[in-house]
Amino acid sequence: MSKPKVGFNWLASCGGCEEAVVDLNEGILTVVEAVDIVFWPCAMDFKKDDVEKMDDGEIDVCFVNGAIRTSEEEHVSKLLRKKSKVIVAFGSCSHTGGIPGLGNLKTREEIMDEAYLNGMSTVNPDKVYPQSEFEAPEGKLELPVFLENVRCLNQVIDVDYYLPGCPPPANLIMNAITAILEGKLPPKGSVLAPDKAMCEECERKDTKPDNMLVKELKRPHEMIADPEKCLLAQGLLCLGPVTRAGCGAVCVKGNMPCTGCMGPTSRVRDYGAKALSAIASIVDQQEEDEIEKVLATVVDPEGTFYRYSVPASLLHRRLTNV
Amino acid sequence: MSNGNVFQPRIVAFFCNWCTYTASDLTGISRLSYAPNVRIIRIMCSGRLDPQFVIAALREGADGVLVGGCHPGDCHYIEGNYKALRRFLLLKKMLKNMGIEEERVRLEWIAASEGDKVQKVVNEMTAQIRELGPLQLHAIPTPDSMKECAAAACCCGEGGHR
Repeated sequence: MSKPKVGFNWLASCGGCEEAVVDLNEGILTVVEAVDIVFWPCAMDFKKDDVEKMDDGEIDVCFVNGAIRTSEEEHVSKLLRKKSKVIVAFGSCSHTGGIPGLGNLKTREEIMDEAYLNGMSTVNPDKVYPQSEFEAPEGKLELPVFLENVRCLNQVIDVDYYLPGCPPPANLIMNAITAILEGKLPPKGSVLAPDKAMCEECERKDTKPDNMLVKELKRPHEMIADPEKCLLAQGLLCLGPVTRAGCGAVCVKGNMPCTGCMGPTSRVRDYGAKALSAIASIVDQQEEDEIEKVLATVVDPEGTFYRYSVPASLLHRRLTNV
Repeated sequence: MSNGNVFQPRIVAFFCNWCTYTASDLTGISRLSYAPNVRIIRIMCSGRLDPQFVIAALREGADGVLVGGCHPGDCHYIEGNYKALRRFLLLKKMLKNMGIEEERVRLEWIAASEGDKVQKVVNEMTAQIRELGPLQLHAIPTPDSMKECAAAACCCGEGGHR
């Protein structure tokens, strides 16, 4: 039997997901032994042309990380869908939009102006913006179009499985690859991570009070957190209660609060709304102005609660008609 | 109502069983009429209101969401309405930053005896949202991967707003 053909691709992402693959350490040798890598632009010399020449469904499994912001990313996603039997959305960006998804809190124009006009170190008196087409003496040059919105992978193509995390934890990647190699995959659409809250696997679980109430909310730079006690009980905005487990609470081990990269559990429809609910309800104040005072410390609620999931949220993006 | 050209907002109202829902019954018993634009959903306590309900209502076509609960100190479950207030204040702030006008989401304390307040609040809110016009959220994109994608340039005309 020939080895299963596997592809990796990156879209709007930082490269951290590729790092996560390398983080398999010696495990990667087993993987390389068992599969035939046919596309991995970040690490190996494959070109899009190579994929275009493949038969439809020739790739057995393709791991796609990153969100979709440009026309090229959309094109490559569709191409890979056509050429692959199974598509796994790999990492927060392709799962729910991720950090690039925060672009949906601004308009395309605002982003362009900030990047090419108003940035602190930008000098652009002629107001030159990147063009998708340019007639040069040597011929027409093309660049991908920067689209209006950021989308997560399942808003562009049909996705079979999701591996959440920013980046996905090595053990979950290994589990997923093993399941694929052994043909023991769960039903289509599954998120390949435990379906319980992060707090469940947090080392500080026992220090979480039964009745969680805090008088003030703090940001990590405003305090030195007790390294033993539940961070939420200390007033740090930790999203463990609403975030999917599977990461082993690594951020909390580093004394930093959970920011929610693993996304929601299966019972949650809108991650940000649920996270907002969890945080707001622990504020130990009853008077409206006192509550407001505490909530004022959440300076960027949409960026905090939808940090990894603006495109996948029920609102999808900030409204631009007001 | 006779003018077919007037925009009729859709308002979803979540009223708590013990105070505001009872108040809306009283409004009817007292024969006080109010704008028919509100669809009331009874919940046991305003503290049961998950912020997801509000956003889901807006996503599914509501132009505004009204939440009614017992006055502070009067909650049947002691402190459910305080929880509702905390969540609502933060939700409102977030929705405002997401570009949704403040008038579209409203929390009111309405006791079981305040049938007239239901009338006043519903009429007021209907008028305000009528003024704002329909809520037009961006559609959530869905895959159209079956579409042929022969050349790199073919996708450039689409994507973005859909």
